[in-house]
Amino acid sequence: MEVTEKEKQLIVSISPHMKSDETTSRIMWTVSASLLPATTMGAYFFGPRATLTVALCIIAAVFSEYAFQRILKKHGTVNDGSAFLTGLLLGMNLPPSVPFYIPLIGSSVAIIIAKQMFGGIGCNIFNPALIGRAFLLISFPKFLTIWHAPTAAFVKIDAITAATPLGILKEEGAARLIEVFGDKINLYMQLLIGHRAGSIGETSALALLVGAAFLLYRGYISWHIPVSYLGTVAVIAWIFGEKGALFAGDPIMHLLSGGLILGACFMATDYVTAPSVRKGQILFGIGCGFLTMLIRLKGGYPEGVMFSILIMNCFTPLIDRGFKAKVFGVQKKKKE
Amino acid sequence: MGIKTFKGGIHPPDKKELSAHKNIVPAAPPERVVIPMSQHLGAPCKPLVTIDQEVKKGEIVGEPGGFVSAPVHASVSGKVLAIAEFPNAMGRFVPSVVIENDKTETWTSLEDTPAYKDLSPDQLKEKVKEAGIVGMGGAAFPSVVKLSPPKEKPIDTLILNGAECEPYLTGDFRLMVERPEEIIEGLKILMKILGVRRGFVGIEDNKSDAIKAIREAVQGENDIEVHALKTKYPEGAEKMLIQVMTGRRVPPRALPMDVRVVVHNVGTAYAVYEAARYGKPLIERVVTVTGEGIREPKNLKVKVGTLISHLIHDCGGMKEEKGKVISGGPMMGFALPSLNVPVTKGTSGIVVLTEREIVHTLEFQPCIRCGRCIDACPMGLMPSMLSIYAERGFYEGAKEYNLFDCFECGCCTFVCPSKRPIVQLIRLAKSMVKP
Repeated sequence: MEVTEKEKQLIVSISPHMKSDETTSRIMWTVSASLLPATTMGAYFFGPRATLTVALCIIAAVFSEYAFQRILKKHGTVNDGSAFLTGLLLGMNLPPSVPFYIPLIGSSVAIIIAKQMFGGIGCNIFNPALIGRAFLLISFPKFLTIWHAPTAAFVKIDAITAATPLGILKEEGAARLIEVFGDKINLYMQLLIGHRAGSIGETSALALLVGAAFLLYRGYISWHIPVSYLGTVAVIAWIFGEKGALFAGDPIMHLLSGGLILGACFMATDYVTAPSVRKGQILFGIGCGFLTMLIRLKGGYPEGVMFSILIMNCFTPLIDRGFKAKVFGVQKKKKE
Repeated sequence: MGIKTFKGGIHPPDKKELSAHKNIVPAAPPERVVIPMSQHLGAPCKPLVTIDQEVKKGEIVGEPGGFVSAPVHASVSGKVLAIAEFPNAMGRFVPSVVIENDKTETWTSLEDTPAYKDLSPDQLKEKVKEAGIVGMGGAAFPSVVKLSPPKEKPIDTLILNGAECEPYLTGDFRLMVERPEEIIEGLKILMKILGVRRGFVGIEDNKSDAIKAIREAVQGENDIEVHALKTKYPEGAEKMLIQVMTGRRVPPRALPMDVRVVVHNVGTAYAVYEAARYGKPLIERVVTVTGEGIREPKNLKVKVGTLISHLIHDCGGMKEEKGKVISGGPMMGFALPSLNVPVTKGTSGIVVLTEREIVHTLEFQPCIRCGRCIDACPMGLMPSMLSIYAERGFYEGAKEYNLFDCFECGCCTFVCPSKRPIVQLIRLAKSMVKP
């Protein structure tokens, strides 16, 4: 075909010729922004040391990704915001005053081993931030289980150590937990606001829910995983939550404590490591909820969110395969 | 009952405001036309003319090459300049007849039938066949084939597709606003040929003027219903439209006639009316020339064989030399490598995009499995998995994910945040394995 000089300016590509303006990096930065309220509450309650821990996690995560790709001469993906988000999530999942080398180790394990070694963004099997945290918990159990009572901001870093609500629940029972906080209403209020011992970004249920609602509104996450996850935890907590009696547990106590809201809304919903078929996501959420409660009620750790999500990550490819979307027009096979 | 729709789909900016308010006007007469012998799905035509022969407007110049075929006619009167292979909009070389326009518009004798309503279904069908009518929504499937279902497949419903769900295009909309009575007459002729009692017209609810005009035209007709459809792409895709209008789902690898339905485009119905009433062959059609890259968007009545460069000139030319010129709509149309290709019976629009609007896909990112494409796919496929398999060369694996049920509507590629060329990868896979 003869093509004139003028026509050489024509751009030719395969349809469609229109695309939405959504990009991977916009998604990553928006999710990071939605975590801002919870991070701010953590910084307020646990002080500058906590802020520094989160910042170190982010810097180490971004640097790990940059260095790895630079050294291996791979295409750089630092700007897509995914390393920033992994660092932020890891930081939010750490106790306020870990030694400074802990964030560095955690973030580099998360980025280099859990993400880049598997092929980088989109190819990792496990949630990188949770792998980073699991590595730290197993390697440095002492630092990862020292909790601080929340103090007003900008006070001394050597705050009083305190047990987390889930720790009290596990060791001493629900009655004692209510006693510590005065009464049930006060307990719920403190859990909602986040005035309790725990990881930096997990304590303020209210701030986390604000961020999650924003993501739901924008369509960046769907309700399937959070609702099925939280629902399963609530039902199991209600049935088996109280020792020695069925249907006497307190679901709200379980929902608002630990890292459940952070995990259910921001980490179990990670696109890469969760199923992408909606029905499969519900099964994934139920599995996470079941494993979380199994660990909380029967396991050796007070909290089970991290391990439950990591275990369910293994099943993601299987779930996606099993719930393969139904092709238009395929008739249901009638039972003979 | 709310407005009907289907599962999946997308809401691209519709951009119809560029040309929706503009009446259909005849394009400037071309100096010559290039009439391809293959403008339809199916067997190409055999040229019936010789070089230097004088032909009249409406005269047959190519006879059908088989059952699934349609004759082609001269769209101007004048002298045959050449019979040779010329490129079409897809860049393929096809045998074509080039006619120099003497601009006298001398028609061949047409069979005027004021009493066309008295004709038998078979006589009407013969007229549709002789007029060379093909599906004018874009696929260009010979209409007479759709009107000849085998005996074991009875048809009970005829649907006129007025959805025009592709962004930018407004030709069907203008036709429905300006020629509603003729379209409904065409629908009644089609219903008579098929012997069906139930006729539907489906129009997206962003075209309220068209819905109003068509509703007025069907007043008093008990067998015809006009339905407003939710404005969503691809509402006008055949399988989606049938499900929305009748609740029936066409199974994979089956045809609408398998669920007792035939679908025709509103433009086709108009051509059918002109063929039955005036004996006019399909030699012109409405083409929307639009886009941010064209100076003066228009809805043009264009003679088949007119070069696209001529239409662009007619619309004031391109604002910038660099850009993308699409034959058809922006979701499923073809980007043209050259503007010296002819308008065919299936050309619904010419969309000119500026360089700024074009998303380059030379660099794309890995799939992050966000699932947006799965939600958007109207066929219930997993485009993410199809693209991953195709990217790695595992074409057989793509088949397990129902590769061949994809009709390349482009919803997945539209929504993909990683800007993956999913449709391109799917086409690659389709070409590498057998269905």
